[in-house]
Amino acid sequence: MRMHLRRVIKEGVINFWRNGWVSLAAILVMVLSLFMIGSLMFSNVLLTSALSRIEDQVDIGVYFKKEATEDEILNAQAALLQLAQVKSASYISEDEALEKFRTRHATNALITQSLEELGENPLQASLNIKAKDPSQYEVIARFLDASAYSALIDKINYFQNQVVIERLSGFLGASRAAGFGITIVFSLIAMLVVFNTIRLAIYTSRDEISVKRLVGATRRHVRTPFLVEGAMYGIISAIITMIIFYPLTLWIGPAGARFFGGPNLFNYYLSNFFEIFFILLAVGVVLGVISSSIATRRYLKI
Amino acid sequence: MIYFDKVSKIYSPTSTALEDVSFSVEPKEFVSIVGHSGAGKTTLLKMLLAEDKPSSGKVFFESVNVHEASRDELPRIRRRIGSIFQDFRLLPNKTAYENVAFAMEAADASDEDIENDVPQALELVGLMDKALHFPHELSGGEKQRVAIARAIVNRPDVVLADEPTGNLDPLNTREIVELLKKINKLGTTVMLATHNHDVVNGLERRVITLDKGKVVRDDKKGRYII
Repeated sequence: MRMHLRRVIKEGVINFWRNGWVSLAAILVMVLSLFMIGSLMFSNVLLTSALSRIEDQVDIGVYFKKEATEDEILNAQAALLQLAQVKSASYISEDEALEKFRTRHATNALITQSLEELGENPLQASLNIKAKDPSQYEVIARFLDASAYSALIDKINYFQNQVVIERLSGFLGASRAAGFGITIVFSLIAMLVVFNTIRLAIYTSRDEISVKRLVGATRRHVRTPFLVEGAMYGIISAIITMIIFYPLTLWIGPAGARFFGGPNLFNYYLSNFFEIFFILLAVGVVLGVISSSIATRRYLKI
Repeated sequence: MIYFDKVSKIYSPTSTALEDVSFSVEPKEFVSIVGHSGAGKTTLLKMLLAEDKPSSGKVFFESVNVHEASRDELPRIRRRIGSIFQDFRLLPNKTAYENVAFAMEAADASDEDIENDVPQALELVGLMDKALHFPHELSGGEKQRVAIARAIVNRPDVVLADEPTGNLDPLNTREIVELLKKINKLGTTVMLATHNHDVVNGLERRVITLDKGKVVRDDKKGRYII
């Protein structure tokens, strides 16, 4: 068994080397495909971070009537935090609201003056709520509307922003689905191209396969060196692809981070190096081995 | 040891390669199969190697019907049959040595046996000095001698030679035929398919004549008559 394994591995490696041009073509195509799959991984990182940033900017404010006490509002906050859909609910007291308002309009003399003249704080205490998913704001708003706290609530700005939030939630969902769909489709195309290239590579060896069979080699004996070759395409292509991504992410990283406001791809590449490499390696090797196995099957029949 | 039992091979209603062919071959015989191109010689040999299936009839190698041999059995039968082809069929990306060694690897021979037997086989065909050449670096006659070394290295019971001299000049042809005679003398059954009159007439051995897929003559010490 060990002798057999050593021989087929040796033969696979030698064939790989001696079929130089065919191996080169197969590797080239596989590098392109792995590159595409890797690029999809990177763009998904950017897309996800951009989407979650947008998502993070969506929230609803619940404004309480002047007569609501702080305790009552904190009770409402506690009740909200019990809800499965709520990610956070931060309390902003009247004073904090005023403070924020002042700082925001510090340069506007008219507003500052009006506030001075008004004498009292016109702003309301509020709860700023973020949902785990933008589609859940309606549930939260309805919960508040129907709860015992509704008497304390002056207004919930969800109902003003409902259309925008719903659209945004729809857009985020669609973007994710599209990103996922594109990844799947392009990965499939990449795999088909690799599969066909390897099939062609093995087509050139069909006479060799039949001679080996006629000399009395078992199917396994004939097939295994081709599987070794297929695995080598995968390993070498994954390494080359990782090398290509180094300067590429270094170059694109800062611009991408600025444009999408997401992480720098180069940092992502470095910190997830082994993860990315392992995925590309696994895809490459599995693809190479399976393609070779399917491609040799039809010539093995004799 | 080889028995063809009413073997027919019909590719299409207008193309019949073999029709009701029956004969047997004894151990250590030297049998020439002759006939025009398209008479069915190659098909006949393919049937024995189970490279192609007959439309009807059976082909036995010893007691085994080769077309009903199991997946494990067929490679074992093939290792006992050495094959030589008109187009040599060497593996292009292996050296002469590796082409011969491969047949032994396929038979799961040990490294020592391979290192011992391959040079012997190459010596027998007179090509030890070209052991490290690739097929494209060899002449036609040399390629065929490598193929013969490959066919005999596993010490088969039978050697099938399908037009082995078809692509060779008279000098190389004579050398190849001499090699086949030598192999036969060492105790191996030889089945030679050819349409070369001189080769057959020079052998003075059994001749089976095929015409349009049928056996028309089977002579103990035959000549090429058709």
